[in-house]
Amino acid sequence: MPTMTMIEAIRDAHDVMMARDDNVVVFGEDVGYFGGVFRCTRGLQQKYGRNRCFDAPINESGIVGAAIGMAAYGLRPCVEIQFADYMYPAYDQLVSEAARLRHRSANDFAAPITVRMPTGGGIFGAQTHSQSPEALFTHVSGLKTVVPSNPYDAKGLLIAAIETDDPVIFLEPKRLYNGPFDGHHERPVVPWSKHPLSEVPEGYYSLPLGVASVRRPGTALTVLAYGTMVYVAEAAAAETGIDAEIIDLRTLLPLDVDTIVASVEKTRRCVIVHEATRTSGFGAELSATVQELCFYHLEAPIVRVTGWDTPYPHAQEWAYFPGPQRLGEAFRRVMEA
Amino acid sequence: MSNPPRLSLRVPEPEFRPGTKPDFSGVNIPRAGTVRRPPVDAAPEEIRDLAYSIIRVLNRDGEAVGPWAGELSDEALQAGLKTMMKVRAYDARMQMAQRQGKTSFYMQCTGEEAIACAFQMALEPGDMNFPTYRQQGLLVASGYPLVDMMCQIYSNSRDPLKGRQLPVMYSSKAHGFFSISGNLGTQYPQAVGWAMASAIKGDTRIAAGWIGDGSTAESDFHSALVFASTYKAPVVLNIVNNQWAISTFQGIARGGSGTFAARGHGFGIPSLRVDGNDYPAVYAVAKWAIERARRNLGPTLVEYVTYRAAAHSTSDDPSAYRPKEESEAWPLGDPIERLKIHLIGKKLWSEERHTQAVAEVEAEVIAAQKEAESYGTLHTGPKASGRDMFVDVFKEMPQHLRRQRQEAGY
Ligand SMILES: Cc1ncc(C[n+]2csc(CCOP(=O)(O)OP(=O)(O)O)c2C)c(N)n1
Ligand SMILES: [Mg+2]
Repeated sequence: MPTMTMIEAIRDAHDVMMARDDNVVVFGEDVGYFGGVFRCTRGLQQKYGRNRCFDAPINESGIVGAAIGMAAYGLRPCVEIQFADYMYPAYDQLVSEAARLRHRSANDFAAPITVRMPTGGGIFGAQTHSQSPEALFTHVSGLKTVVPSNPYDAKGLLIAAIETDDPVIFLEPKRLYNGPFDGHHERPVVPWSKHPLSEVPEGYYSLPLGVASVRRPGTALTVLAYGTMVYVAEAAAAETGIDAEIIDLRTLLPLDVDTIVASVEKTRRCVIVHEATRTSGFGAELSATVQELCFYHLEAPIVRVTGWDTPYPHAQEWAYFPGPQRLGEAFRRVMEA
Repeated sequence: MSNPPRLSLRVPEPEFRPGTKPDFSGVNIPRAGTVRRPPVDAAPEEIRDLAYSIIRVLNRDGEAVGPWAGELSDEALQAGLKTMMKVRAYDARMQMAQRQGKTSFYMQCTGEEAIACAFQMALEPGDMNFPTYRQQGLLVASGYPLVDMMCQIYSNSRDPLKGRQLPVMYSSKAHGFFSISGNLGTQYPQAVGWAMASAIKGDTRIAAGWIGDGSTAESDFHSALVFASTYKAPVVLNIVNNQWAISTFQGIARGGSGTFAARGHGFGIPSLRVDGNDYPAVYAVAKWAIERARRNLGPTLVEYVTYRAAAHSTSDDPSAYRPKEESEAWPLGDPIERLKIHLIGKKLWSEERHTQAVAEVEAEVIAAQKEAESYGTLHTGPKASGRDMFVDVFKEMPQHLRRQRQEAGY
C-alpha cells in the first residue's frame, strides 16, 4: 500500500471525489494553478480543468457564500480557507446561512458544502496562523466538525465529508501535514512514511463521521484528544508509564459518546486535552458530557489541559502549546486524586 | 429567447506562467508627464480618466517632466534615494537572518520601496498610517529605529511587541504606524474610522489606509469605501497593485473592472493611478491626495502600479507560478535605479557616490543588526518572556488569567 503524507492524502481524497462526481468543485485562495499554499489541491486544476478547480478572490465570505449558492444548485463544493484564522469573514455565511438553510427552508434547500481549513500551531505562525477555532463551529447547530489526525483518516473522512448532505467543517492540524508531532519540538521531524497510519488505500473509501478511534488501549485513565494532541497524549503515556487509553475523537460533532462512555466507565478517570484556549473550549463540552454520563464511575475530577486564554504567541509558542510534560503532569494528578 | 446559448464560466488567467516568455510590450504605459494635474478640489466626475491612466514623472532618460514634476527639493530627492536604499538593505539582511534560522519568517518589499518611502514624506506628524505587512518603508522613512524593527523580527528581549507578533507585524503609535494585523483588509475601514474621529473632534489630522491588490477583494475594502464616501472622511486610501497576491494574479481580484482605481467611481471617490516605481510621482500624488483630505475635501483612492519583485514571503517560491524573468521584463523598472539615474542626470549624484552610499547604508544596517542580536534572536540569547504572554490580554489581568499564569510557571 502506498504511504502518504497528510497533504497527499487530502489531495488524493479530492482527486477521488472529483473523478467520481462531476458535481464536486474545489476553490479557494491560491488553490487553482498553484495548488494551495500547503499544496493540498496540487494538480487538480491541471487534471479537472478551471471549471472545477479555481482560484478565488481573497474574500472568505464570498468563498463560503458562493459555495452555498452552488450547493443549493446541486453541486458539492469543497472549499479551502487558507488558514482557520481567516475564516472569520466567512463566519456569518457559515453560522446564519449554511448551518440553518435546511431547517429554515423546511428541507427545501440545503448546503452540502465542505469547508477545509488548516488549524493549530507549532509552526511559529503566531496569533494569525495558529488558531484552533473548533468550538466556534461545534457551538453552532447545523454544522458538523471533523478533525483528522493522520493520512488514513484524513482521506476517508474528507471523502465522507464531501458526501455528507450537510455542511462539514474540516479542520486540518497543519503541524501534522508532514509528520506526526508529539510536542517534542526539539527533536527532528518524523516523516509520515514511518507511521502505520500513513498507509492509504488507493481509490475510494470513506470513514463514517461520528465514530472515534481508540488509538491506545489502556486501563489507568481515558484521554480524550483530537488532531495533534493525539500524539502528545501518546508521548505523555510513554513518558509517564501511565497506562492511558487514548481516544482520537476524529469527529467533534456528531460526537461518539458511546466510545467515550465505555472507556471512562472502564478507566474511571478522564483527562481532556486540546490546543485551543480553555474557556468555553470544546473540552468544556467534553467534560460536561463525561460528568453527566459517567459521574458515578469517576474516581477523580476530570482534568482539562489546554492552550492558555491568550492569543497564540510567537516567541512563547512552546510555553503556550500543551506539550507532553504538561499532559503528563495532568495524568499524575488524576492518578493521585 | 427560444434557444439560449449554453452558459460557461470565465476564470481569469494571467498571461504568463512558468515556461512562457513574459512580454509586456502590449501593456499601455502612458509617457511620463502626459497625465494632467487637476486642482485638488476637482469633482470626482471631472477626473474619472485619472483612474484609467498612470501618472508618471520620470521619463526613460531619467528626466522629471510634466505637471506632477518639481515637488521635491534636491535634498529631499537625495534623502528619498537613501531611504529606499536603506529599506532594501534592511530587507536583504532580515531575509538572510531568516535563512540563517535567526527568526521564523520575513517579508520583503523589493521593487515597491518608492511607494511607502515617498508617501511618508508627504504626511505630517500626528497623521496615522494603517499599513499592511509590506510598508516597512513608512517606518524607515519616519525615522523609526532600525534596531527596534529588528528586535521585533527577532522576537527578542527588546522586542517592542514582547515576542507576541509574527515578524514584520510592527506597531508604533508614536511614528504614525497602526499595529499590523495578519487578517487582510481589516485595517482599511479602521483607517476611515480614525479619519472620521479626527473630523468628529474638529482636528487637523488625516489617515492613510493601505491594502494590496489581492486584498481589495475583501468585503472590508468595500466597507471602507462606503464609509469614506458617505462621511467624506479625511483619508487617503492606498492600493498597492504589485500584480500578485501570493500565486494569484491581480486579475482575480480586479475581475471585470479595468483598474483597481476605478473601484472608487461607484462610491464617488476621486481615484488616481500612479507609477509606483517613480518616487517623485508617488510623492506628488500623495501630496495632492493628502491636501484634499486636509482641506476637508474628502477621501481619495490611489492605485500604485508596481511589481512584487521578490517572493511573497520566506515561505513562498514564486517559480512555481510565474516565469522567473517576469520581474525583469516588468516595464516600470526599479524605483531605486530610476531615482538614481534622475539624480545623476541633475548632477546631484554619481556612480561613485552611489557606491559609497551603498556601503554606508550597509554599514548602518549591519551595526543595527549587531546591536539587535545582542538582545537575542528567536532561538538564542535573551528572550521575550513567557510571562508577557498573559499581559495586555486585558488592561487589568482577570483572575482566571492570573491562575493560568501561575499554572504555567510564570
Ligand atoms: C483574511 C485573510 N485571508 C487570507 C490571508 C492569507 N494571505 C496572506 S497574504 C495574502 C495575499 C495578499 O495579496 P495582496 O493583497 O496583493 O498583498 P501583497 O502580498 O501582494 O502585498 C493572502 C491570501 C490572510 N492573511 N488574511
Ligand atoms: Mg499584491
